[in-house]
Amino acid sequence: MALSGVEIFKHLPKTNCKKCGHPTCLAFAMKLAAKQATLDACPDASEEAKAFLGAASEPPIKGITIGAGDKALKVGEETVLFRHEKKFVNPCGFALLIKDTDADIEAKAKAVADSEIERVGQKLRVELIAVENASGDAGKFADAVKKAASAAPNAGVILVSSSKAALEAALPALAGKKPLIDGATAENADDMVALAKANGASLAVRADGLDALSALTEKITAGGFKDIVLDSGARKPKDMIEQYTQIRRAALKKGMKALGFPIISFAVNSDPFVEQALASVAVAKYASVVVLSDISKWKTLGLIALRQNLYTDPQVPMQVSQNVYKVGDASANAPLLITTNFSLTYFIVLGEVENSKVPSWLAVMETEGLSVLTAWAAGKFTAAKIAQYIQESGVESRISHKELIIPGYVAVLSGALEDKLPGWKITVGPREANALPAFLKNKTAAA
Amino acid sequence: MAFVVPKETYNGKVYEVEIGTGPRAVKIGGEATLPFLAFEGAVPNKPVIAYEIQDVPPEDWPQTIQEVYKDVSSDPAKWAKYCQDELGAQMIALRLIGTHPDRQNRSAEDAAKTVKDVLSAIDVPLIIMGSNNAEKDAQVLKSACDAASGKNCLIGKAQEANYKTVVASAMASGHKLIAMSDLDVNLAKQLNILITQMGFDKDKIVTDPMSSALGYGIEYTYSVMERIRSAALFQNDQTMAPPMVNDVGMYVWKVKETMAPEADQPAWGPVADRGIGWEATTAMGFLMAGSDLLIMRHPKAVETVRKMIDELV
Ligand code: B12
Ligand code: SF4
Repeated sequence: MALSGVEIFKHLPKTNCKKCGHPTCLAFAMKLAAKQATLDACPDASEEAKAFLGAASEPPIKGITIGAGDKALKVGEETVLFRHEKKFVNPCGFALLIKDTDADIEAKAKAVADSEIERVGQKLRVELIAVENASGDAGKFADAVKKAASAAPNAGVILVSSSKAALEAALPALAGKKPLIDGATAENADDMVALAKANGASLAVRADGLDALSALTEKITAGGFKDIVLDSGARKPKDMIEQYTQIRRAALKKGMKALGFPIISFAVNSDPFVEQALASVAVAKYASVVVLSDISKWKTLGLIALRQNLYTDPQVPMQVSQNVYKVGDASANAPLLITTNFSLTYFIVLGEVENSKVPSWLAVMETEGLSVLTAWAAGKFTAAKIAQYIQESGVESRISHKELIIPGYVAVLSGALEDKLPGWKITVGPREANALPAFLKNKTAAA
Repeated sequence: MAFVVPKETYNGKVYEVEIGTGPRAVKIGGEATLPFLAFEGAVPNKPVIAYEIQDVPPEDWPQTIQEVYKDVSSDPAKWAKYCQDELGAQMIALRLIGTHPDRQNRSAEDAAKTVKDVLSAIDVPLIIMGSNNAEKDAQVLKSACDAASGKNCLIGKAQEANYKTVVASAMASGHKLIAMSDLDVNLAKQLNILITQMGFDKDKIVTDPMSSALGYGIEYTYSVMERIRSAALFQNDQTMAPPMVNDVGMYVWKVKETMAPEADQPAWGPVADRGIGWEATTAMGFLMAGSDLLIMRHPKAVETVRKMIDELV
């Protein structure tokens, strides 16, 4: 939580000795608040002040990394309750729950390994596997973890077990891989913390209700262990929204350290549609790890899209740079299409041009990342601007024809464009990009 | 530090709007808290889902969804009754899409007849929407309002370009009104002000912030809705206090994810499940942002979201 200068000032020596290079302690406090100075510049600051300001400069919700290497998942460090205030920081991770009693552990882990989907130029996937010690047997658990981890080497691992023996058996296979142990309860906290510490793991802490949960994390952090993830026990959508909102508010607005950790949510249901809906609640309402019992492709696609959408920057639309892109092995007489530089628009259109298998030129015009109709309505995708761009882009020297295909939604521009681009033929394409393959195939067949 | 439930204090609340008549009339809105946070404010009504039907067969809907209604969709009254009796619809949303000049260009009289037929087939409340052609809607909605006089329908959509005529028609025959603006908090506020300046009661408006599908701009709608709701609750801005409606189905069932066969998109899984999931997930997003009324198409998506709503309130 950001501190004001006055709050910081209260903890300084108040001697105005100037050793920090500032005329008064208050002036120094102001610089600290603005993050333009650090406390070590004051030689006389007390240990109490250091502890207080140190804690205050930590993010209100701790960042936690699960897994190792460039595929590791980092969650937490969120700073707001509403995405219109500021971009949500670290997209939540998805985990597939695998039981050590399942017959098809490898196949399930393989599904995680193969879950990558490309959307709007980003490669997205299910990042984690959660292996549950459903058998209660330590050897079986260790075996399952080993199988799952080797079938999905890039996935972070969550060990769902409260049995010390089972965890001791399973953890060696994950050395250096920063697993998440899930976890600790009031009964076993000491053992679990010791295990997590010894194995470089983070620890999910579970209790029913936020009273019990915060009391438990307070006890654990007092011992110096802070790599914590919270499980409030919420399994129904109403409890999820209420408890996760309270956790986020307590951390961000009340500065409550005991709840300043990412949340793990078990959005598990036997009906795949209900599970997807439940997981949508968790994604929107502050979960940092969302555990699913099934990752059918259709289901993951929807959830990945929702996560991607909600975690985009509300101030800046995702954009691609202005350019005339060559799609496939386009020759000088390949068709030329124009669109705007909103990432979503570009990737949809690019995808369909690729689908058509007709090599083409795709001119992407800078419109501040607005979609076709939005850019048109905002006066950034007008006949005059398109004409100017075409002339300045140098595309005329790369192609041997003068025909420009424009989006169907801006058909009204065709007349004005022909006036402004003498010698050019303007062809109105289909409205929706998914009609482009047929359109382009037709065109080349006719030519 | 002991845990104290961090509660917000709200200064305003959402208007409660009743739609329909008789025992099956439905109330939406009325909440005095952010979505589903019953621990700090009243949530008197559950969000409601209306089944979308239209005046002409849904030839432009994807196959997966056309299929569901193939035995009834040639007759709007039958279609409405099917949704009510077989699917348990709490509300029907009739879109008079066939009146669009680029479609069948049906007349205002045709539209009035359809409205009458549908109304006599159902006893759940009816939403009546034009074809989203501002000019034509002005005439069409006028006849539709007259035809539905006394039925306390929800009429839409009044937009900047045509609100005067639409508001006048809804007012004359005692209906509630959907006011839609272009995904912008200030435009939504301004339209509500313009409408109330005509003498239309502010507690008879339902705001349509303009929806967008999952993967196609849902985040814009989401944030506009959160901001509208915050203005109503925290600042007690009464021009932002109408309940909110989301037109889900019409945006969802035209995106590629709800249509592309698995053969073309092997990484996306079967199109039937994908489409249902896409509609349900889009609707869930809107619920999280404060939706009070969802207009949807696929029964399985509706069933899923209803289950969630029942657990949420
Ligand atoms: C999200 C959104 C916004 C966002 C901007 C998002 C962005 N980055 O562009 C925000 C909130 C900022 C916004 C603002 C405005 N918006 Co706006 N917005 C939308 C919305 C809901 C979705 C747009 C979108 O993302 N579409 C998805 C992309 C992928 O679509 P697309 O670029 O058109 O691409 C498709 C096709 O055009 C085609 N295609 C694309 N390129 C090509 C190329 C070729 C050759 C071919 C053949 C096809 C093709 O393929 C794509 C997929 O099929 C639409 C309504 C809707 N549901 O569609 C309104 C809409 C575009 N907005 C509209 C308006 C009026 C505005 C504003 C002027 C109003 C306002 N609120 O002030 C402002 C202008 C912004 C400004 N800076 O001044 C209107 C435009 C009206 C019109 N018919 O011209 C629309 C249609 C809403 C409406 N009234 O119905 N908007
Ligand atoms: S060095 Fe420390 S005590 Fe001296 S003026 Fe600066 S802040 Fe105050």
